[in-house]
Amino acid sequence: MRIAPQFLAAAVAAALLSSSAIAEELTGTLKKIKETGTITLGHRDASIPFSYLGAEPGKPVGYAHDLQLKVVEAIKTELGLPELKVRYNLVTSQTRIPLVQNGTVDLECGSTTNNLERQRQVDFSVGIFEVGTRLLTRKTSGIRDFADLKGKNVVTTAGTTSERLLKAMNAEKRMGMNIISAKDHGESFLMLESNRAVAFMMDDALLYGEMAKAKNPDDWVVVGEPQSYEIYGCMLRKGDPAFKQLVDKALSATFASGEINEIYARWFQNPIPPKGLNLKFPMSDELKKLIANPTDKSAEEI
Amino acid sequence: MNYNWDWGVFFRSTGIGEETYLDWFVAGLGWTIAVALAGWIIALLLGTLLGILRTVPNRWLAGIATCYVEIFRNVPLLVQLFLWYFLVPDLLPEPLELWFKQDLSPATSAYLSVVVCLGLFTAARVCEQVRTGIQALPRGQLAAGHALGFRLPQIYKDILLPQAFRIIIPPLTSEFLNIFKNSSVASLIGLMELLAQTKQAAEFTANLFEAFTLATLIYFTLNMGLMLLMRLVEKKVAVPGLIAVGGK
Repeated sequence: MRIAPQFLAAAVAAALLSSSAIAEELTGTLKKIKETGTITLGHRDASIPFSYLGAEPGKPVGYAHDLQLKVVEAIKTELGLPELKVRYNLVTSQTRIPLVQNGTVDLECGSTTNNLERQRQVDFSVGIFEVGTRLLTRKTSGIRDFADLKGKNVVTTAGTTSERLLKAMNAEKRMGMNIISAKDHGESFLMLESNRAVAFMMDDALLYGEMAKAKNPDDWVVVGEPQSYEIYGCMLRKGDPAFKQLVDKALSATFASGEINEIYARWFQNPIPPKGLNLKFPMSDELKKLIANPTDKSAEEI
Repeated sequence: MNYNWDWGVFFRSTGIGEETYLDWFVAGLGWTIAVALAGWIIALLLGTLLGILRTVPNRWLAGIATCYVEIFRNVPLLVQLFLWYFLVPDLLPEPLELWFKQDLSPATSAYLSVVVCLGLFTAARVCEQVRTGIQALPRGQLAAGHALGFRLPQIYKDILLPQAFRIIIPPLTSEFLNIFKNSSVASLIGLMELLAQTKQAAEFTANLFEAFTLATLIYFTLNMGLMLLMRLVEKKVAVPGLIAVGGK
């Protein structure tokens, strides 16, 4: 009987102390960042040139990573945490959503498409990139558009929107394609290079990335009318408006100041690590529109 | 944890023809069973042969079988699969290579690679069990066979193997279940077996936990069923008193 009041008093005191310790009323992710002095960034290992390991072990580089660091700068200013520590956590296409949801990763920027299914599980920042889904093929293959794929072996990466589009196209138009689902983009390209498939369907920016890695980049060409447009966004936990607002503000400011053009040129029109390849991928009209009018909607909602 | 559960997800349309996500799991289960059974046939036949070789009184034959076991048991399964799928076809003569890579449907060439890979890998393990089964029998049986004028193949066929197989049914059951579980490596070369379909459904729906829960239940039920089946087989073929004798 005597334990209960003591316990209550202690609890009340603890609650009062902790609330007075933090001046602002922080919630969710921002509160966690303030308390731990650390932010955990999710990154990919081979989404060239968005987020990949290349320069030094354990530390990603890329277009999406540069934007991710812009957000980190904004958080430092906003929370008055110049010493904010950055922790990196490698994610794969399978682990990225659960790791954001369970709190392991605070902000994931890579090549994650914003779509309606994912919006039920996580929130997206304003879009950071827009791609079209197209085909990579040998210059000598004779493939110029999707109609040329009838009866051919076509590879795509498992779990991507391209896989779904390709399978739907095959069923609807009775194209008789053999669709190979490879486990990652590198393996998809290997299937293409070893002649198991005549074409590789994927987001155009990633196709340019694979092409740049090839033994002889001049042998390859990206062709075909885009079958869909997709907007990449950074993922964060659902229902955390304060954090989302800060992320969106930081990204929009980078877009508005024109700094995005430098970042774009650095990754898509200049030699990039590790091999000094140049993707030579000019900014698309879709991306220019996205930068002029930032939105956190998916391409299908626009 | 900030997660939206939705168990109805399996009955939703995939957007490809009339399929629901549940159809993917059913199709995946079909491939898993097809891979495992075909692999098991190879493993059982080759493993038995190698197991016998390891025990015959001929140093060369026994040596070959030992080398086989050491190689296939000590290289990771996934490495072996990539070798069979990516490297071995390139070593074939060119017409055969082109046939394998381009004329065969991608699912068939992946299926062949994974069946060969799992069959040869599991054969090494079956071999060791057959060998222990034979060696668990009293050595006097071999000598008695010779004394009665049996030739060596007859001794194996009529005396040693029937007893050895009865002894090793429990560990063989484990290997049989293992090959079903190991068949999931096929997902990494694009064969749409159960795990590949699960990952695909998880990615398309963003309902990862539901998809993997269903896959877990399917694997578990399948393996429980197989285990009960093997228990029945064990009871059916049991010879009273035999295993106790064999153990001495």
